[in-house]
Amino acid sequence: MLDDFMTRATLAGIGVALAAAPLGCFVVWRRMAYFGDATAHAAMLGVALALALEISIFAGAIAVALVMATTVTILSGRGYAMDTLLGVLAHASLAFGMVAVSFLSGVRIDLMAYLFGDILAVSRNDLLIIWGGAAVVVALIGWRWSSLLTSTLNEELAYASGLNPRREQLILTLCLAITVAVAIKVVGVLLIAALLIIPAAASRSLARTPESMAVFAAGIGAISAVAGLRAAYVFDTPAGPSIVCVAAFLFAALALVNVGRRAIR
Amino acid sequence: MSLIAAEGLTVRYGAQTVLNDVDLSVEPGEIVTIVGPNGSGKTSLFKAIIGAVPPTSGRIRRKPGLRIGYVPQKLHIDPTLPITVERFMRLTQKVSRKAIKSALETAGVPDLLDRQMSALSGGQFQRVLLARALSTDPEILLLDEATQGLDQPGSASFYRQIEDVRKATGCAVLMISHELHVVMSASDRVICLNGHVCCAGAPAVVASAPEYRALFGTGTGGALALYRHDHDHDHHHHHHHHHDDHPSEHPDRSDDKGHAHGRHHPQEASQPEHAQEEATG
Repeated sequence: MLDDFMTRATLAGIGVALAAAPLGCFVVWRRMAYFGDATAHAAMLGVALALALEISIFAGAIAVALVMATTVTILSGRGYAMDTLLGVLAHASLAFGMVAVSFLSGVRIDLMAYLFGDILAVSRNDLLIIWGGAAVVVALIGWRWSSLLTSTLNEELAYASGLNPRREQLILTLCLAITVAVAIKVVGVLLIAALLIIPAAASRSLARTPESMAVFAAGIGAISAVAGLRAAYVFDTPAGPSIVCVAAFLFAALALVNVGRRAIR
Repeated sequence: MSLIAAEGLTVRYGAQTVLNDVDLSVEPGEIVTIVGPNGSGKTSLFKAIIGAVPPTSGRIRRKPGLRIGYVPQKLHIDPTLPITVERFMRLTQKVSRKAIKSALETAGVPDLLDRQMSALSGGQFQRVLLARALSTDPEILLLDEATQGLDQPGSASFYRQIEDVRKATGCAVLMISHELHVVMSASDRVICLNGHVCCAGAPAVVASAPEYRALFGTGTGGALALYRHDHDHDHHHHHHHHHDDHPSEHPDRSDDKGHAHGRHHPQEASQPEHAQEEATG
């Protein structure tokens, strides 16, 4: 069954969508959208380093994404605004990454694959890493769900309940780095944030509780992956961007329905 | 044994000392209020007590396994986060639907179970926060200006609720408040904070302390008068019921605080509420 590249691509897309859904909800609730974007861009430097050192792309991307995220967390609130800091670090590491890649002979052609993903080239091995990474992310978030939610609502409330919001923040950062690393192959560094934010945002109007929002986001993400790949096959369009386009259509449709419902009421 | 005690607590942010050598303790069942001007370190003290800010020196002692019911000053729920009152009540521990219902009833907001938190009014929201804190069966309630944004009747009934809860469950209360009038009538002890503890003790003692007067200036006379007024009010209410005949006149009190009558208008404004209490009581 896994011999078919479309099957592998579909499974890869669904795997990333499932990990991105609960994480994306926190990214939306905590207003970390730009943080997710920046971590993803920084991963480009990790890709370049991995290619140069001939290590796994996933390892390189996770390492740089983690360094980037922790650096921002440590530096923020020390004289620079968060978005300024993110802008400097994210775009600098994206630029350094692309320059570094150009020094490596023979990989210039591959640049597009890392920027926009190459889901149709997902191997069995990649699939294993994607599902493994997704499982780790879902397990981590599921395990810490209640604490993460409390910390997101109010840090003092979390402290008073005996939780440590800084540790919860660290767990989210770790999940973000893993998700970025496994999503590079699927949508590329430029569109990872879209996969985090759009399904979560689209599911907001459907949900009454945080849990149902995460479940709806997973559904919308999975539908986008399947339909996007199908569309890419039929219309011969790039796969990663097609997935994001479907997600955007779903977001727009749900937003319109919501506006309509309010108008009738 | 004290539930919570700060010993020589000093907190610095960089070069700025916000709390200097603060000693404080809360015993089971007592209501302690912290007053102080803006920037006096009230919120930092609270953050240190719950462990959100590490002490620069000194220490915070908590009774082992202490259950804290924390009601934050303001809890902003991002509109992108859907959450019902019921789910919010379950935030930090497992509670049965029945227990949630009864906690909401105690806090004076039954029937909100299925509402979205973002759709609540300010008063309802604060009461749900209180209900959540109560449902954890706390040994101490921490209220950080919990009535900010409520109108006067709203905050008055909020504090009445707190006293009722204390009576019913015997939990201690440590609160920050700006409303001197309420503070003076509802607390067992008042701690006046301005980076350090200026003065502390029974409300009447603190209100007449020169340090307190220096901090709260001209408002002091009024707050003191209102405090005494309230207590007299209470006693007369219980023993003589003379208010039924003269709800707005206090002929027996003009000698001991004649200066206070000039500041009586805020109190007059809330007179009908008291009248109603007496009617029902």
